[in-house]
Amino acid sequence: MEKLILRRVDRNNEEMILNFGPQHPSTHGVINFIVETDGEVLRKAVPDVGYLHRSIEKIGEVTGWHGFMPFTDRIDYVAAMFPNEGYATAVERLTGIEVPRRAQYLRAISCELARIASHLVSLGTMSMDIGAFTPMLHGIRERETINDLIEALCGARLTYNYHRIGGVAFDLPEGWKERTLAFLDHFDKFLVEFDRLISFNEIYVRRLANVAVITGKDAVDYGLVGPNLRGSGVDWDVRRDLPYGAYDDFEFAVPVGQGFKGTVGDCYDRYYCRCLEMGESSKIVRQALLQLPEGEIMAPKVARNLKVEAGEALSRVESARGEMAFYVVADGTNKAYRVRARTGSFTAMGIIESASPGLMIADLVALIASLDVVAPEIDR
Amino acid sequence: MAKIDSEVGGDVTFFHTSQLDQLINLARENSLWYLLFGLACCGIELIQTGGPRADLMRFGAIPRASPRQADFMIVAGTLTYKMAERAKLLYDQMSEPKYVISMGSCANCGGLFQLAYSVCKGVDKVVPVDVYVPGCPPRPEALTEGLIRLQDKVRNERWQDKRRAPVQGTGAA
Repeated sequence: MEKLILRRVDRNNEEMILNFGPQHPSTHGVINFIVETDGEVLRKAVPDVGYLHRSIEKIGEVTGWHGFMPFTDRIDYVAAMFPNEGYATAVERLTGIEVPRRAQYLRAISCELARIASHLVSLGTMSMDIGAFTPMLHGIRERETINDLIEALCGARLTYNYHRIGGVAFDLPEGWKERTLAFLDHFDKFLVEFDRLISFNEIYVRRLANVAVITGKDAVDYGLVGPNLRGSGVDWDVRRDLPYGAYDDFEFAVPVGQGFKGTVGDCYDRYYCRCLEMGESSKIVRQALLQLPEGEIMAPKVARNLKVEAGEALSRVESARGEMAFYVVADGTNKAYRVRARTGSFTAMGIIESASPGLMIADLVALIASLDVVAPEIDR
Repeated sequence: MAKIDSEVGGDVTFFHTSQLDQLINLARENSLWYLLFGLACCGIELIQTGGPRADLMRFGAIPRASPRQADFMIVAGTLTYKMAERAKLLYDQMSEPKYVISMGSCANCGGLFQLAYSVCKGVDKVVPVDVYVPGCPPRPEALTEGLIRLQDKVRNERWQDKRRAPVQGTGAA
Protein backbone atom coordinates (compact mmCIF):
# COMPACT_ATOMS: atom_id res chain seq x y z
CA MET A 1 0.00 0.00 0.00
CA GLU A 2 2.73 2.39 1.03
CA LYS A 3 4.66 1.50 -2.13
CA LEU A 4 1.70 2.37 -4.28
CA ILE A 5 1.23 5.80 -2.72
CA LEU A 6 4.89 6.75 -2.83
CA ARG A 7 5.62 5.31 -6.26
CA ARG A 8 7.10 7.82 -8.64
CA VAL A 9 4.58 8.89 -11.24
CA ASP A 10 5.55 9.41 -14.86
CA ARG A 11 5.12 13.11 -15.55
CA ASN A 12 4.99 12.68 -19.32
CA ASN A 13 1.39 11.58 -19.35
CA GLU A 14 -1.62 12.40 -17.20
CA GLU A 15 -1.04 9.60 -14.76
CA MET A 16 -1.79 10.40 -11.14
CA ILE A 17 -2.58 8.76 -7.85
CA LEU A 18 -5.59 9.94 -5.90
CA ASN A 19 -6.94 9.11 -2.50
CA PHE A 20 -10.66 8.47 -2.67
CA GLY A 21 -11.98 8.45 0.87
CA PRO A 22 -12.06 7.66 3.77
CA GLN A 23 -14.31 10.67 4.28
CA HIS A 24 -16.28 10.71 1.06
CA PRO A 25 -20.06 10.43 0.70
CA SER A 26 -19.78 7.88 -2.11
CA THR A 27 -17.60 5.36 -0.33
CA HIS A 28 -20.50 4.21 1.88
CA GLY A 29 -18.68 4.43 5.15
CA VAL A 30 -15.04 4.87 5.94
CA ILE A 31 -13.18 3.06 3.19
CA ASN A 32 -10.18 4.43 1.36
CA PHE A 33 -9.51 3.74 -2.29
CA ILE A 34 -6.11 4.47 -3.72
CA VAL A 35 -6.94 5.27 -7.29
CA GLU A 36 -4.39 5.19 -10.04
CA THR A 37 -5.69 7.07 -13.05
CA ASP A 38 -4.57 8.15 -16.46
CA GLY A 39 -6.62 11.29 -16.96
CA GLU A 40 -10.21 10.22 -16.44
CA VAL A 41 -9.60 6.52 -17.02
CA LEU A 42 -8.75 4.23 -14.13
CA ARG A 43 -5.63 2.15 -14.22
CA LYS A 44 -6.44 0.54 -10.92
CA ALA A 45 -8.34 1.15 -7.71
CA VAL A 46 -6.98 -0.52 -4.60
CA PRO A 47 -9.17 -0.58 -1.51
CA ASP A 48 -7.50 0.26 1.80
CA VAL A 49 -9.67 -1.09 4.58
CA GLY A 50 -9.48 -1.06 8.36
CA TYR A 51 -10.79 2.39 9.23
CA LEU A 52 -13.67 0.87 11.15
CA HIS A 53 -11.99 -2.13 12.69
CA ARG A 54 -13.67 -2.33 16.09
CA SER A 55 -12.29 -5.72 17.14
CA ILE A 56 -15.77 -7.18 17.46
CA GLU A 57 -14.60 -10.79 17.00
CA LYS A 58 -12.07 -10.36 19.80
CA ILE A 59 -14.75 -8.90 22.08
CA GLY A 60 -16.73 -12.10 21.43
CA GLU A 61 -14.09 -13.99 23.37
CA VAL A 62 -14.53 -11.96 26.55
CA THR A 63 -18.28 -11.40 26.77
CA GLY A 64 -20.48 -14.35 27.59
CA TRP A 65 -22.50 -16.23 24.98
CA HIS A 66 -25.57 -14.05 25.48
CA GLY A 67 -23.57 -10.88 25.95
CA PHE A 68 -22.17 -10.92 22.45
CA MET A 69 -25.59 -10.43 20.85
CA PRO A 70 -25.59 -6.58 20.91
CA PHE A 71 -22.16 -6.57 19.30
CA THR A 72 -23.42 -8.64 16.37
CA ASP A 73 -25.79 -5.76 15.60
CA ARG A 74 -22.80 -3.59 14.89
CA ILE A 75 -21.32 -6.02 12.37
CA ASP A 76 -23.92 -4.96 9.85
CA TYR A 77 -25.83 -1.97 11.13
CA VAL A 78 -27.92 -1.42 8.01
CA ALA A 79 -29.57 -4.82 8.43
CA ALA A 80 -28.77 -5.83 11.99
CA MET A 81 -31.23 -8.74 12.12
CA PHE A 82 -29.01 -11.01 10.03
CA PRO A 83 -25.90 -11.10 12.23
CA ASN A 84 -28.27 -11.60 15.16
CA GLU A 85 -29.82 -14.58 13.45
CA GLY A 86 -26.51 -15.96 12.22
CA TYR A 87 -24.90 -15.86 15.65
CA ALA A 88 -27.98 -17.23 17.40
CA THR A 89 -28.27 -20.06 14.87
CA ALA A 90 -24.61 -20.97 15.27
CA VAL A 91 -24.85 -21.17 19.05
CA GLU A 92 -28.09 -23.14 18.81
CA ARG A 93 -26.40 -25.66 16.52
CA LEU A 94 -23.55 -25.90 19.00
CA THR A 95 -25.75 -26.46 22.03
CA GLY A 96 -28.61 -28.33 20.35
CA ILE A 97 -31.25 -25.87 21.49
CA GLU A 98 -34.50 -26.27 19.53
CA VAL A 99 -36.10 -23.00 18.47
CA PRO A 100 -39.92 -22.94 18.64
CA ARG A 101 -41.69 -22.63 15.30
CA ARG A 102 -43.27 -19.29 16.16
CA ALA A 103 -39.87 -17.83 17.00
CA GLN A 104 -38.51 -19.03 13.65
CA TYR A 105 -41.39 -17.30 11.90
CA LEU A 106 -40.79 -14.10 13.86
CA ARG A 107 -37.13 -14.30 12.86
CA ALA A 108 -38.07 -14.64 9.23
CA ILE A 109 -40.51 -11.71 9.44
CA SER A 110 -38.04 -9.41 11.16
CA CYS A 111 -35.20 -10.42 8.84
CA GLU A 112 -37.17 -9.83 5.67
CA LEU A 113 -38.31 -6.41 6.92
CA ALA A 114 -34.67 -5.62 7.66
CA ARG A 115 -33.73 -6.78 4.17
CA ILE A 116 -36.23 -4.36 2.65
CA ALA A 117 -34.91 -1.55 4.86
CA SER A 118 -31.33 -2.34 3.91
CA HIS A 119 -32.05 -2.48 0.18
CA LEU A 120 -33.91 0.83 0.40
CA VAL A 121 -30.80 2.51 1.80
CA SER A 122 -28.59 0.73 -0.69
CA LEU A 123 -30.66 1.68 -3.74
CA GLY A 124 -31.24 5.20 -2.44
CA THR A 125 -27.59 5.95 -1.83
CA MET A 126 -26.72 4.31 -5.14
CA SER A 127 -29.01 6.63 -7.06
CA MET A 128 -27.62 9.55 -5.04
CA ASP A 129 -24.08 8.59 -6.02
CA ILE A 130 -25.15 8.48 -9.65
CA GLY A 131 -26.62 11.96 -9.24
CA ALA A 132 -30.34 11.56 -8.56
CA PHE A 133 -31.26 12.85 -5.10
CA THR A 134 -35.02 12.28 -5.04
CA PRO A 135 -35.10 8.45 -5.04
CA MET A 136 -33.06 8.45 -1.87
CA LEU A 137 -35.63 10.56 -0.07
CA HIS A 138 -38.36 8.20 -1.27
CA GLY A 139 -36.38 5.25 0.02
CA ILE A 140 -35.73 6.90 3.38
CA ARG A 141 -39.42 7.72 3.71
CA GLU A 142 -40.42 4.08 3.33
CA ARG A 143 -37.59 3.02 5.61
CA GLU A 144 -38.96 5.24 8.37
CA THR A 145 -42.18 3.22 8.32
CA ILE A 146 -40.23 -0.04 8.59
CA ASN A 147 -38.20 1.47 11.42
CA ASP A 148 -41.46 2.31 13.20
CA LEU A 149 -42.68 -1.27 12.80
CA ILE A 150 -39.43 -2.77 14.04
CA GLU A 151 -39.32 -0.28 16.89
CA ALA A 152 -42.79 -1.42 17.95
CA LEU A 153 -41.52 -4.99 17.76
CA CYS A 154 -38.25 -4.71 19.65
CA GLY A 155 -37.76 -1.14 20.84
CA ALA A 156 -34.86 -0.14 18.64
CA ARG A 157 -34.71 1.60 15.31
CA LEU A 158 -31.33 0.52 14.03
CA THR A 159 -29.42 -1.84 16.27
CA TYR A 160 -32.21 -4.25 16.98
CA ASN A 161 -30.77 -6.88 19.33
CA TYR A 162 -34.01 -8.79 18.81
CA HIS A 163 -32.96 -12.38 18.38
CA ARG A 164 -31.85 -14.45 21.33
CA ILE A 165 -30.11 -17.78 21.62
CA GLY A 166 -33.15 -20.06 21.56
CA GLY A 167 -35.74 -17.69 20.13
CA VAL A 168 -36.60 -14.03 19.98
CA ALA A 169 -36.92 -11.42 22.70
CA PHE A 170 -40.49 -10.19 22.23
CA ASP A 171 -43.75 -11.39 20.75
CA LEU A 172 -45.74 -9.32 18.27
CA PRO A 173 -47.39 -6.30 19.86
CA GLU A 174 -51.12 -5.80 19.51
CA GLY A 175 -52.25 -4.66 16.08
CA TRP A 176 -48.78 -5.13 14.59
CA LYS A 177 -49.89 -7.73 12.08
CA GLU A 178 -52.55 -5.46 10.60
CA ARG A 179 -50.18 -2.50 10.51
CA THR A 180 -47.54 -4.53 8.71
CA LEU A 181 -49.98 -5.96 6.20
CA ALA A 182 -51.26 -2.45 5.48
CA PHE A 183 -47.69 -1.27 5.01
CA LEU A 184 -46.92 -4.13 2.63
CA ASP A 185 -49.97 -3.27 0.52
CA HIS A 186 -48.61 0.25 0.30
CA PHE A 187 -45.08 -0.95 -0.29
CA ASP A 188 -45.96 -3.10 -3.31
CA LYS A 189 -47.38 0.00 -4.96
CA PHE A 190 -44.28 1.94 -3.93
CA LEU A 191 -42.04 -0.54 -5.75
CA VAL A 192 -43.86 0.16 -9.03
CA GLU A 193 -43.57 3.88 -8.32
CA PHE A 194 -39.85 3.52 -7.55
CA ASP A 195 -39.29 1.68 -10.83
CA ARG A 196 -41.08 4.44 -12.70
CA LEU A 197 -39.14 7.09 -10.79
CA ILE A 198 -35.61 5.84 -11.31
CA SER A 199 -35.11 2.22 -12.41
CA PHE A 200 -36.24 2.75 -15.99
CA ASN A 201 -34.92 6.28 -16.24
CA GLU A 202 -32.96 6.51 -19.48
CA ILE A 203 -30.04 8.47 -18.02
CA TYR A 204 -29.81 6.17 -15.02
CA VAL A 205 -29.89 3.05 -17.18
CA ARG A 206 -27.12 4.39 -19.41
CA ARG A 207 -24.96 5.15 -16.40
CA LEU A 208 -25.26 1.57 -15.14
CA ALA A 209 -25.87 -0.78 -18.06
CA ASN A 210 -22.72 -2.53 -19.40
CA VAL A 211 -20.59 -0.86 -16.71
CA ALA A 212 -18.16 -2.97 -14.68
CA VAL A 213 -19.31 -6.35 -15.90
CA ILE A 214 -18.46 -9.21 -13.53
CA THR A 215 -18.87 -12.62 -15.14
CA GLY A 216 -20.42 -15.50 -13.25
CA LYS A 217 -17.08 -17.31 -13.12
CA ASP A 218 -15.30 -14.26 -11.70
CA ALA A 219 -18.06 -13.78 -9.15
CA VAL A 220 -17.69 -17.35 -7.92
CA ASP A 221 -13.89 -17.19 -7.98
CA TYR A 222 -13.78 -14.03 -5.92
CA GLY A 223 -16.36 -15.32 -3.48
CA LEU A 224 -19.06 -12.77 -4.14
CA VAL A 225 -22.33 -13.53 -2.39
CA GLY A 226 -25.93 -12.45 -2.35
CA PRO A 227 -27.30 -9.97 -4.90
CA ASN A 228 -23.79 -9.40 -6.27
CA LEU A 229 -23.47 -13.09 -7.12
CA ARG A 230 -27.01 -13.39 -8.41
CA GLY A 231 -26.56 -10.23 -10.46
CA SER A 232 -23.82 -12.10 -12.32
CA GLY A 233 -26.28 -14.81 -13.26
CA VAL A 234 -25.40 -17.43 -10.63
CA ASP A 235 -28.56 -18.87 -9.14
CA TRP A 236 -27.67 -19.36 -5.48
CA ASP A 237 -29.63 -18.35 -2.43
CA VAL A 238 -29.05 -19.88 0.99
CA ARG A 239 -32.68 -19.38 1.93
CA ARG A 240 -33.79 -21.67 -0.88
CA ASP A 241 -30.82 -24.01 -1.37
CA LEU A 242 -29.83 -24.65 2.26
CA PRO A 243 -33.04 -23.73 4.08
CA TYR A 244 -32.73 -22.65 7.70
CA GLY A 245 -35.35 -21.48 10.16
CA ALA A 246 -38.81 -21.18 8.68
CA TYR A 247 -37.79 -20.63 5.06
CA ASP A 248 -38.98 -24.11 4.02
CA ASP A 249 -42.56 -22.95 4.37
CA PHE A 250 -42.49 -19.95 2.08
CA GLU A 251 -42.90 -19.64 -1.65
CA PHE A 252 -40.60 -17.08 -3.19
CA ALA A 253 -38.61 -16.55 -6.32
CA VAL A 254 -34.90 -15.82 -6.40
CA PRO A 255 -34.22 -12.98 -8.85
CA VAL A 256 -31.18 -13.63 -11.00
CA GLY A 257 -29.46 -11.16 -13.29
CA GLN A 258 -30.22 -11.80 -16.95
CA GLY A 259 -28.96 -8.65 -18.58
CA PHE A 260 -32.06 -6.60 -17.86
CA LYS A 261 -30.77 -3.60 -19.80
CA GLY A 262 -27.32 -4.68 -20.90
CA THR A 263 -24.91 -7.51 -20.16
CA VAL A 264 -25.33 -10.12 -17.46
CA GLY A 265 -23.35 -9.02 -14.41
CA ASP A 266 -23.25 -5.28 -15.04
CA CYS A 267 -24.08 -2.66 -12.42
CA TYR A 268 -27.68 -2.45 -13.56
CA ASP A 269 -28.23 -6.19 -13.01
CA ARG A 270 -26.95 -5.95 -9.45
CA TYR A 271 -29.14 -2.92 -8.90
CA TYR A 272 -32.28 -4.44 -10.37
CA CYS A 273 -31.84 -7.75 -8.56
CA ARG A 274 -32.15 -5.81 -5.32
CA CYS A 275 -35.29 -4.08 -6.56
CA LEU A 276 -36.87 -7.45 -7.35
CA GLU A 277 -35.69 -8.93 -4.06
CA MET A 278 -37.62 -6.32 -2.12
CA GLY A 279 -40.82 -7.56 -3.78
CA GLU A 280 -39.95 -11.15 -2.86
CA SER A 281 -39.22 -10.15 0.74
CA SER A 282 -42.57 -8.45 0.88
CA LYS A 283 -44.19 -11.72 -0.26
CA ILE A 284 -42.32 -13.69 2.42
CA VAL A 285 -43.39 -11.33 5.21
CA ARG A 286 -46.99 -11.54 4.06
CA GLN A 287 -46.97 -15.35 3.95
CA ALA A 288 -45.27 -15.56 7.33
CA LEU A 289 -47.77 -13.22 8.95
CA LEU A 290 -50.73 -15.09 7.53
CA GLN A 291 -49.46 -18.57 8.50
CA LEU A 292 -47.93 -17.50 11.82
CA PRO A 293 -48.28 -20.46 14.23
CA GLU A 294 -49.18 -20.02 17.89
CA GLY A 295 -46.80 -21.06 20.60
CA GLU A 296 -43.76 -20.09 22.58
CA ILE A 297 -41.21 -17.56 21.38
CA MET A 298 -38.28 -18.85 23.44
CA ALA A 299 -36.92 -22.32 23.88
CA PRO A 300 -37.44 -23.53 27.46
CA LYS A 301 -34.54 -23.58 29.87
CA VAL A 302 -31.87 -21.60 28.13
CA ALA A 303 -29.48 -20.89 30.99
CA ARG A 304 -28.56 -17.29 31.66
CA ASN A 305 -24.97 -18.18 32.28
CA LEU A 306 -24.74 -20.49 29.34
CA LYS A 307 -21.98 -23.07 29.47
CA VAL A 308 -21.28 -24.81 26.21
CA GLU A 309 -19.44 -28.10 25.80
CA ALA A 310 -16.30 -28.03 23.70
CA GLY A 311 -17.05 -28.08 20.01
CA GLU A 312 -17.55 -25.94 16.99
CA ALA A 313 -20.46 -24.95 14.77
CA LEU A 314 -21.07 -23.04 11.58
CA SER A 315 -24.23 -21.30 10.50
CA ARG A 316 -25.03 -19.76 7.13
CA VAL A 317 -27.75 -17.19 6.65
CA GLU A 318 -28.68 -15.13 3.64
CA SER A 319 -28.10 -11.57 4.73
CA ALA A 320 -29.08 -8.48 2.76
CA ARG A 321 -25.49 -8.35 1.54
CA GLY A 322 -25.36 -12.04 0.81
CA GLU A 323 -24.37 -15.18 2.56
CA MET A 324 -23.17 -14.54 6.09
CA ALA A 325 -21.50 -17.31 8.02
CA PHE A 326 -20.82 -17.47 11.75
CA TYR A 327 -18.26 -19.92 13.05
CA VAL A 328 -18.14 -20.37 16.81
CA VAL A 329 -15.76 -22.51 18.83
CA ALA A 330 -16.47 -23.43 22.44
CA ASP A 331 -14.01 -24.77 24.98
CA GLY A 332 -16.42 -25.77 27.72
CA THR A 333 -16.51 -22.47 29.60
CA ASN A 334 -19.16 -19.75 29.66
CA LYS A 335 -17.33 -17.78 26.98
CA ALA A 336 -16.63 -18.45 23.35
CA TYR A 337 -13.13 -19.55 22.41
CA ARG A 338 -13.47 -17.97 19.00
CA VAL A 339 -16.22 -16.18 17.13
CA ARG A 340 -15.73 -15.59 13.44
CA ALA A 341 -18.07 -13.79 11.08
CA ARG A 342 -17.68 -14.29 7.37
CA THR A 343 -19.34 -11.38 5.62
CA GLY A 344 -20.14 -10.54 2.05
CA SER A 345 -18.77 -7.02 1.92
CA PHE A 346 -15.20 -8.08 2.64
CA THR A 347 -15.05 -10.38 -0.37
CA ALA A 348 -16.80 -7.77 -2.48
CA MET A 349 -13.91 -5.41 -1.79
CA GLY A 350 -11.55 -7.97 -3.29
CA ILE A 351 -13.00 -7.78 -6.74
CA ILE A 352 -12.73 -4.00 -7.05
CA GLU A 353 -9.06 -4.11 -7.92
CA SER A 354 -9.60 -6.47 -10.85
CA ALA A 355 -12.93 -5.02 -12.00
CA SER A 356 -11.85 -1.39 -12.01
CA PRO A 357 -9.17 -1.11 -14.77
CA GLY A 358 -10.52 0.74 -17.77
CA LEU A 359 -13.48 2.30 -15.98
CA MET A 360 -14.02 6.05 -15.79
CA ILE A 361 -13.62 7.62 -12.35
CA ALA A 362 -17.36 8.26 -12.17
CA ASP A 363 -18.04 4.61 -12.94
CA LEU A 364 -15.96 3.52 -9.96
CA VAL A 365 -18.61 5.16 -7.80
CA ALA A 366 -21.27 3.14 -9.61
CA LEU A 367 -19.28 -0.06 -9.10
CA ILE A 368 -18.79 0.53 -5.36
CA ALA A 369 -22.42 1.47 -4.91
CA SER A 370 -23.67 -1.54 -6.87
CA LEU A 371 -21.60 -3.91 -4.72
CA ASP A 372 -23.43 -2.46 -1.68
CA VAL A 373 -20.57 -2.65 0.77
CA VAL A 374 -20.94 -1.58 4.38
CA ALA A 375 -17.80 -0.54 6.24
CA PRO A 376 -18.16 -2.53 9.50
CA GLU A 377 -18.89 -5.69 7.55
CA ILE A 378 -15.54 -5.27 5.86
CA ASP A 379 -13.53 -4.45 8.97
CA ARG A 380 -15.69 -5.79 11.82
CA MET B 1 -25.24 58.17 19.05
CA ALA B 2 -24.30 60.19 16.08
CA LYS B 3 -26.23 62.51 13.89
CA ILE B 4 -25.74 61.44 10.27
CA ASP B 5 -28.07 63.36 8.03
CA SER B 6 -30.80 65.69 9.18
CA GLU B 7 -32.61 65.51 5.82
CA VAL B 8 -33.34 61.79 6.26
CA GLY B 9 -35.50 62.71 9.17
CA GLY B 10 -34.13 63.04 12.63
CA ASP B 11 -31.43 61.17 14.34
CA VAL B 12 -30.00 58.10 12.74
CA THR B 13 -28.08 55.96 15.16
CA PHE B 14 -25.41 53.44 14.59
CA PHE B 15 -26.20 50.00 15.90
CA HIS B 16 -24.50 49.06 19.08
CA THR B 17 -21.89 46.37 18.51
CA SER B 18 -23.74 43.83 20.61
CA GLN B 19 -26.75 44.24 18.37
CA LEU B 20 -24.60 43.67 15.30
CA ASP B 21 -23.35 40.58 17.03
CA GLN B 22 -26.90 39.44 17.53
CA LEU B 23 -27.70 40.06 13.90
CA ILE B 24 -24.68 38.14 12.72
CA ASN B 25 -25.40 35.37 15.18
CA LEU B 26 -28.98 35.18 13.92
CA ALA B 27 -27.65 34.63 10.44
CA ARG B 28 -25.03 32.16 11.64
CA GLU B 29 -27.28 30.03 13.78
CA ASN B 30 -29.78 29.53 10.98
CA SER B 31 -27.29 28.53 8.36
CA LEU B 32 -25.07 26.04 10.14
CA TRP B 33 -23.81 23.66 7.50
CA TYR B 34 -22.52 20.35 8.65
CA LEU B 35 -19.80 18.09 7.37
CA LEU B 36 -21.08 14.68 6.38
CA PHE B 37 -18.90 12.49 8.52
CA GLY B 38 -20.81 9.26 9.01
CA LEU B 39 -18.39 6.82 10.57
CA ALA B 40 -20.54 3.92 11.67
CA CYS B 41 -24.06 3.05 12.76
CA CYS B 42 -24.89 6.64 13.71
CA GLY B 43 -24.20 7.60 10.11
CA ILE B 44 -27.40 5.83 9.08
CA GLU B 45 -29.38 7.74 11.70
CA LEU B 46 -27.68 10.88 10.42
CA ILE B 47 -29.04 10.09 6.94
CA GLN B 48 -32.47 9.48 8.44
CA THR B 49 -32.27 12.80 10.28
CA GLY B 50 -31.56 14.52 6.99
CA GLY B 51 -34.43 12.56 5.46
CA PRO B 52 -38.03 13.57 4.99
CA ARG B 53 -39.36 12.98 8.49
CA ALA B 54 -36.85 14.66 10.78
CA ASP B 55 -35.69 17.03 8.02
CA LEU B 56 -32.65 18.74 9.48
CA MET B 57 -32.67 21.21 6.59
CA ARG B 58 -35.56 23.15 8.07
CA PHE B 59 -33.08 24.42 10.67
CA GLY B 60 -30.81 25.60 7.91
CA ALA B 61 -28.42 22.70 8.33
CA ILE B 62 -27.29 21.43 4.96
CA PRO B 63 -24.87 18.53 4.52
CA ARG B 64 -21.61 19.40 2.83
CA ALA B 65 -19.10 16.88 1.60
CA SER B 66 -16.10 19.16 1.94
CA PRO B 67 -14.79 20.36 5.32
CA ARG B 68 -13.92 23.71 3.77
CA GLN B 69 -17.60 24.52 3.29
CA ALA B 70 -18.78 23.30 6.66
CA ASP B 71 -19.45 25.18 9.90
CA PHE B 72 -19.64 22.20 12.16
CA MET B 73 -18.83 18.55 12.10
CA ILE B 74 -21.14 15.78 13.26
CA VAL B 75 -18.89 12.95 14.34
CA ALA B 76 -21.35 10.10 13.93
CA GLY B 77 -20.01 6.79 15.05
CA THR B 78 -17.08 4.85 16.36
CA LEU B 79 -13.72 6.53 15.98
CA THR B 80 -10.91 4.05 15.55
CA TYR B 81 -7.29 5.01 16.05
CA LYS B 82 -6.70 4.69 12.33
CA MET B 83 -9.54 7.12 11.65
CA ALA B 84 -8.72 9.49 14.50
CA GLU B 85 -5.86 11.18 12.71
CA ARG B 86 -8.08 11.67 9.67
CA ALA B 87 -10.75 13.22 11.90
CA LYS B 88 -8.18 15.65 13.27
CA LEU B 89 -7.12 16.48 9.72
CA LEU B 90 -10.70 17.18 8.69
CA TYR B 91 -11.25 19.36 11.72
CA ASP B 92 -8.14 21.35 10.92
CA GLN B 93 -9.35 21.87 7.37
CA MET B 94 -12.58 23.52 8.51
CA SER B 95 -12.61 27.29 8.61
CA GLU B 96 -13.25 29.26 11.81
CA PRO B 97 -15.65 29.55 13.56
CA LYS B 98 -16.11 25.80 13.80
CA TYR B 99 -18.00 23.48 16.09
CA VAL B 100 -18.22 19.77 16.72
CA ILE B 101 -21.24 17.66 17.66
CA SER B 102 -20.32 14.28 19.01
CA MET B 103 -23.14 11.91 18.10
CA GLY B 104 -23.67 8.66 19.92
CA SER B 105 -22.01 6.82 22.75
CA CYS B 106 -19.03 5.67 20.69
CA ALA B 107 -18.05 9.20 19.75
CA ASN B 108 -18.75 10.44 23.29
CA CYS B 109 -16.70 7.91 25.22
CA GLY B 110 -16.12 4.74 23.22
CA GLY B 111 -19.52 3.40 24.26
CA LEU B 112 -19.97 -0.29 23.68
CA PHE B 113 -16.38 -0.75 22.58
CA GLN B 114 -14.60 -0.23 25.88
CA LEU B 115 -13.05 -3.65 25.47
CA ALA B 116 -11.80 -3.01 21.97
CA TYR B 117 -8.10 -2.52 21.37
CA SER B 118 -8.53 -0.43 18.24
CA VAL B 119 -11.17 2.13 19.26
CA CYS B 120 -10.41 5.70 20.36
CA LYS B 121 -12.45 6.20 23.53
CA GLY B 122 -14.12 9.46 22.66
CA VAL B 123 -13.66 11.99 19.91
CA ASP B 124 -12.90 14.68 22.50
CA LYS B 125 -9.46 13.14 22.83
CA VAL B 126 -8.76 14.38 19.32
CA VAL B 127 -10.85 17.50 18.70
CA PRO B 128 -12.78 19.83 21.06
CA VAL B 129 -16.46 18.95 21.29
CA ASP B 130 -19.30 21.46 21.78
CA VAL B 131 -22.38 19.25 22.07
CA TYR B 132 -22.59 15.61 23.12
CA VAL B 133 -25.64 13.68 21.94
CA PRO B 134 -26.17 10.46 23.93
CA GLY B 135 -27.70 7.28 22.57
CA CYS B 136 -26.67 4.16 20.75
CA PRO B 137 -27.56 5.31 18.19
CA PRO B 138 -29.40 8.56 19.06
CA ARG B 139 -32.81 8.94 17.52
CA PRO B 140 -33.24 11.64 14.87
CA GLU B 141 -35.13 13.70 17.45
CA ALA B 142 -32.09 13.57 19.72
CA LEU B 143 -29.78 14.78 16.99
CA THR B 144 -32.20 17.58 16.16
CA GLU B 145 -32.13 18.57 19.83
CA GLY B 146 -28.35 18.54 19.63
CA LEU B 147 -28.47 20.93 16.70
CA ILE B 148 -30.85 23.24 18.59
CA ARG B 149 -28.44 23.26 21.54
CA LEU B 150 -25.63 24.17 19.19
CA GLN B 151 -27.77 26.99 17.80
CA ASP B 152 -28.28 28.25 21.38
CA LYS B 153 -24.55 28.24 21.85
CA VAL B 154 -23.95 30.13 18.61
CA ARG B 155 -26.63 32.69 19.47
CA ASN B 156 -25.21 33.48 22.89
CA GLU B 157 -21.58 33.92 22.10
CA ARG B 158 -19.64 36.89 20.81
CA TRP B 159 -18.81 36.34 17.21
CA GLN B 160 -15.75 38.55 17.61
CA ASP B 161 -14.32 36.12 20.15
CA LYS B 162 -14.62 33.22 17.76
CA ARG B 163 -12.54 34.96 15.10
CA ARG B 164 -8.92 34.14 15.03
CA ALA B 165 -6.45 36.99 14.90
CA PRO B 166 -5.42 37.60 11.32
CA VAL B 167 -2.12 36.08 10.41
CA GLN B 168 0.55 38.73 10.06
CA GLY B 169 1.47 38.74 6.42
CA THR B 170 5.04 37.96 5.50
CA GLY B 171 4.64 38.76 1.84
CA ALA B 172 4.56 35.16 0.76
CA ALA B 173 1.35 33.96 -0.84
